[in-house]
Order: sequence, then C-alpha cells, then structure tokens
Amino acid sequence: MNTSVMPETIISTRLAKNFRRNIMERMIEFALLCSAAFAVFVTCAIVYVLVSEAIPFFQHVSIYDFLTDTVWTPNYSIKHYGIMALISGTLTTTFIALIVAVPLGTITAIYLSEFASHKVRETVKPILELLVGVPTVVFGYFALMLVTPLLQKIYPDLPLFNMLGAGIVMGIMIVPYIASLAEDSMRAVPMAMREGAYAMGATRFQTAIRVITPAAISGIIAAYILAISRAVGETMIVAIAAGQQPTFTFNPIEGAATITSYIVSVALGDLEHGGIGYQSIFAAGLTLLIMTLLLNILGHMIRKKYRERY
Amino acid sequence: MVKNKKQPAVIKDLESIRTMIRRHKRNDLIFAAVGMFVIASLTITLLVLFLDLILDGYPRFTLDFFTSYPSRKPEIAGILSAWVGSSLVLLVTFFVAVPLGIAAGVYLEEYAKKNWTSDIIEINVSNLAGVPSIIYGLLALGLFVYAFGLGQSILSAGLTLALLMLPIVIVSTREAIRAIPIHIREAAYAVGATKWQVVYDHVIQYSYGGILTGVIIGMARAIGETAPIITIGALTFIAFLPPTPVTVDPPFLNFEWLSSGFTVLPIQMFNWISRPQHAFHINAAATGAIIIILTALMNGAAIKLRYNIRKKIKW
Repeated sequence: MNTSVMPETIISTRLAKNFRRNIMERMIEFALLCSAAFAVFVTCAIVYVLVSEAIPFFQHVSIYDFLTDTVWTPNYSIKHYGIMALISGTLTTTFIALIVAVPLGTITAIYLSEFASHKVRETVKPILELLVGVPTVVFGYFALMLVTPLLQKIYPDLPLFNMLGAGIVMGIMIVPYIASLAEDSMRAVPMAMREGAYAMGATRFQTAIRVITPAAISGIIAAYILAISRAVGETMIVAIAAGQQPTFTFNPIEGAATITSYIVSVALGDLEHGGIGYQSIFAAGLTLLIMTLLLNILGHMIRKKYRERY
Repeated sequence: MVKNKKQPAVIKDLESIRTMIRRHKRNDLIFAAVGMFVIASLTITLLVLFLDLILDGYPRFTLDFFTSYPSRKPEIAGILSAWVGSSLVLLVTFFVAVPLGIAAGVYLEEYAKKNWTSDIIEINVSNLAGVPSIIYGLLALGLFVYAFGLGQSILSAGLTLALLMLPIVIVSTREAIRAIPIHIREAAYAVGATKWQVVYDHVIQYSYGGILTGVIIGMARAIGETAPIITIGALTFIAFLPPTPVTVDPPFLNFEWLSSGFTVLPIQMFNWISRPQHAFHINAAATGAIIIILTALMNGAAIKLRYNIRKKIKW
C-alpha cells in the first residue's frame, strides 16, 4: 500500500486504533497473568493462615511435647497436645487402606493394560472414573452402616466405631486412583518392548510382570504414593466410621481419631475464635499439610528420577 | 510321541520345555481369571452398595422430602434447605472458579514464556491439586470467615469450593488448548489478528468442549465435598431459606443471599448419619442416593462429552 497518497487523517486514526489495540492487549495479558498468579496466592495464603494460627498454639505447647506426647486431650482439665495420638490413627487407617488398595489396584491396572480387550478397557475405565467421583461422605455411610455390621458378624466384639471398617472402605475408595494412574504409566511403555518379549516366546503374564512392570515402576510407585497422600488427607470416612476419640493405638479393631477427623470434630462443636482449641486444629492441619506435601514431592521426584526414557 | 525306553536327550528336553510352556500358559490363564475376578467383584461390590443405598432411601423419595425443612421428627424431615443451599453455593463456585480457571489455563498455555515465573505457577497449580480438601476448609476458616469477616455464609462456602475446583478447571483448559494445532493460530495471525483475537476467537472457541468436561467434573466434586464446609463451621440445622436471588422489583437481582447461613446436601446427610435413630439413617440414605445420582449423571455426561470430542475432532 502506498502511504504517501493516503490522507493523513486515515493514518492517524489507524495509528490511534493500533495504539488502543496494543493497550488492550497488554491489559488482557496482565489480567490473565493475575488469574494464573492466583494459584501462587492460594498456596501462600494456605501456608500463612496455618502458620499464623499455629504460632500462638506452639507458644502454649512446646514443639517437643507436640511431637512426642502420645495423649491428645484438649477437652480435659489437664490438657495434652500430643499429635502422635492423632498420627497413629491416620497411619493405621492409611495402612489398612493400602493393604486393600495396592493389590487390587495393581492387579486391575495390569489386567486393563495387558490383558483386557479394547472393549473391556473402554467399559471399565469410565466406571473407574465414575468411582473417583463418588463423594466420600457416601463412602462413610457404607463404612458405618454396611461394612462394620458385616465385620461384626465375623468378629462380634468389634465396636461400632473402628478403624478397620473405615480403612477397608477407604481402600476401596482409592483402588480407582491406583488402577488408573498405574495403568496410564503401563500403557506409556512402548509397544516395541511388548513385541520384543512376545517374539522371545514370553506369555502375556511374563511380559506384564518381567518387562512392563519394571519399565513402568516409577509411575506405579508414584501412584501408590499419591494414594497414600489421598488416604492421609481423607476426612469424611474416618470422621463417620472410625470414631472421634483421640487414642494412641495402632490396633485396627479400636476406634481412634485421625488428624482430619479431629479437625472435623472440633469444627462441629462451638468454635471459640482465638482459643487454644481453635488454634489446635490449625497446628493439626499444618502437620497434615506437611505430611501430604512431603509425599507429593516424593512422588514427583520418583516419577522424574526413575522415569525410563524411550 | 513314541514311548521309548532309551529316549534321546533332545526329546527329554523337548518334554520339559513343553511342560514349562504349559505351566506358563496356565499362569497366564490364572492371572487373566484373577484380574477379571478382581474387576468384577469390585464392580459388583460397589453396585450392591449403591443399590442398597437407593433401596434404603427409597421410602423417602417423595415430593415432601424435597419440599420440607429438616426436623426433629425423621418422618417429616426433608432436604429443602439443603438442596437450595447446595445450588446457591455451587452458583458462587461456578462464577468464581470458571473464569479464573480458564484465564489461568489460557495464560499458562498461550502467553507464559518458559521462565521461572511460569515454573512457579505450574508447580503451584499441581501442588494445589494434591492438597487435602480439609486444608482448604482451614484456609477458608482463617481467611474468609474471620480475616475477611464473611462469616459462615454461602459466599464463604462458594469461594472455598471454588479454590478446590480451580486446579481441575486449569488442567482441563490447558489440555483442551494443547490439543489445538499450531496452524490454526498461524492462520489467524496471518490475516492480522492480535494475540487476544487469536485466543478469544479461535483457541477458546475450539476448546469449549474440553473445558466444559473439566467444569462438569469439578462441579460434581464440589457437590459432594463435605469436609471443607464443615470446617468453616456451617450450621447443620437450618430451617429457613436464604433470601431469593431474583426479585420481581427492579433491579431484579438481590445479593443478600450471599451472606445468609446455609446447609448443603452432604452436610445434611452427615448430620443424619450421626443421629442414633434408625429413621434418620433412612433419610441419610435417601440424601446419599440423590448425591450419588447427581454426581454420577454429571460425571457420566462429562465422560461422554470427552469421548465425543475425541471421536469427532480430527484436525
């Protein structure tokens, strides 16, 4: 285009339009950046809120007592705040859940990835996704109303609130997580490795166990760790079915509070804002956050470090 | 095979190889059977659990159940305040999480340069997805309820669930955008479009399906979330409705409901589970069945939608 014959007014309106456009572009980019940075803000806010409420708590209770005392009695006249009483419940329910979920989840993953026909896989995977979406309060109902009565038939002395039933249901809940994550990493193993194994005369089972599983092991372990992190942070199942009495015990047939169910039980009562009971749930929450954060970082590292590159 | 007393060594080997092959094939079959058994028993167990829930709650599936307030008498108690509360909380969640999530996803995919800022944002997003939901409840308790003074209101709960839903929307937006080939953008730039025009008129338009999938899954999760809402101290006995959002008089919209007290479906269910009387457990089962059906319908729609997109779009 020959600008020299263009009337000046047109040039200036075009320039003005361009200028407006540039400003708009910049503003939009900035707005989008702010939305993305909101994620950073949320993380900072979580850390800030937990730490700032936990600091006055730790001025009352020394960190040494918090970590080593095994009694948690915030409502008694002699108050003890030993987080181990809550961690023991968390670990026990998590452990039971893993005993249920790891074998079932791994077998499901291997079967779906190496054995199932296309049709079976396309049917089962959506079902797994639907199960991931089931609200945990419903699983809590199952644990209390169906699984515990069933267990009581086998073992009549079992109390109504126990960690065994809660742990088993939690295990059923996390099977789909393990299955779908482990299956994803097994499917990512290139076809050539399977073909190589088959060409040597290996059966599907041999291929799955000796070739595919070792190749996908980083993803499978990461799936386990994610499942642990899920189980540690799970709230409603344990709050409903495991009882809310903080007890230092690793015995699955007893009831005990976990970190999460303690927070729920305090929140259900009258919260005195700023009181030590109020602060204690933030200290418990901080412990939970650190535990899940460490697990998530560990899972991330394993996936990154031991990933085979093809 | 001819039985021979003086069998050559080769044939003996062959025999042992055959046994080995048979053994391995048998193992193969055994594992296939075990795998099928595990999947079938899992599916059947859960199916039985859900059916049981629905059958337990079946006597309460009446119109009255949906139009009555909770009550001390289980037979006349209903979930009116709970489903209205759930809808209003989700309304807030939707209007906060969806624009923010899409904007963040678009930024990370289309605008962000590969530098430490975008690295930090990405690490944060994936971290947030792994934070237990009850931690969000504590954040909301400290920040929304007390620091911002929003109280135990619909607004607090909606914002809390929005934070929970945000990573899901961001991740699905990014995945949808990543699937759009570069030549779509190049064509738009070639005819003189600005970056935002490319993003708004093309990238976002073509990724609607994928984003919608994430939004539906996120909303389904938000319906069932209980722990964070209990943590902000939501009351469990609510026998009133929040002020209506839409009025007959101008300006037609009314925002008083945002600061109203509320209850939601999963909390109502939790409340009824914790009562000792069996009649309340029937109410809990009915509420649970409604939540399950709602989330299953939403997740099913999302899965179907994603399947259709994968099938239909060939760039």
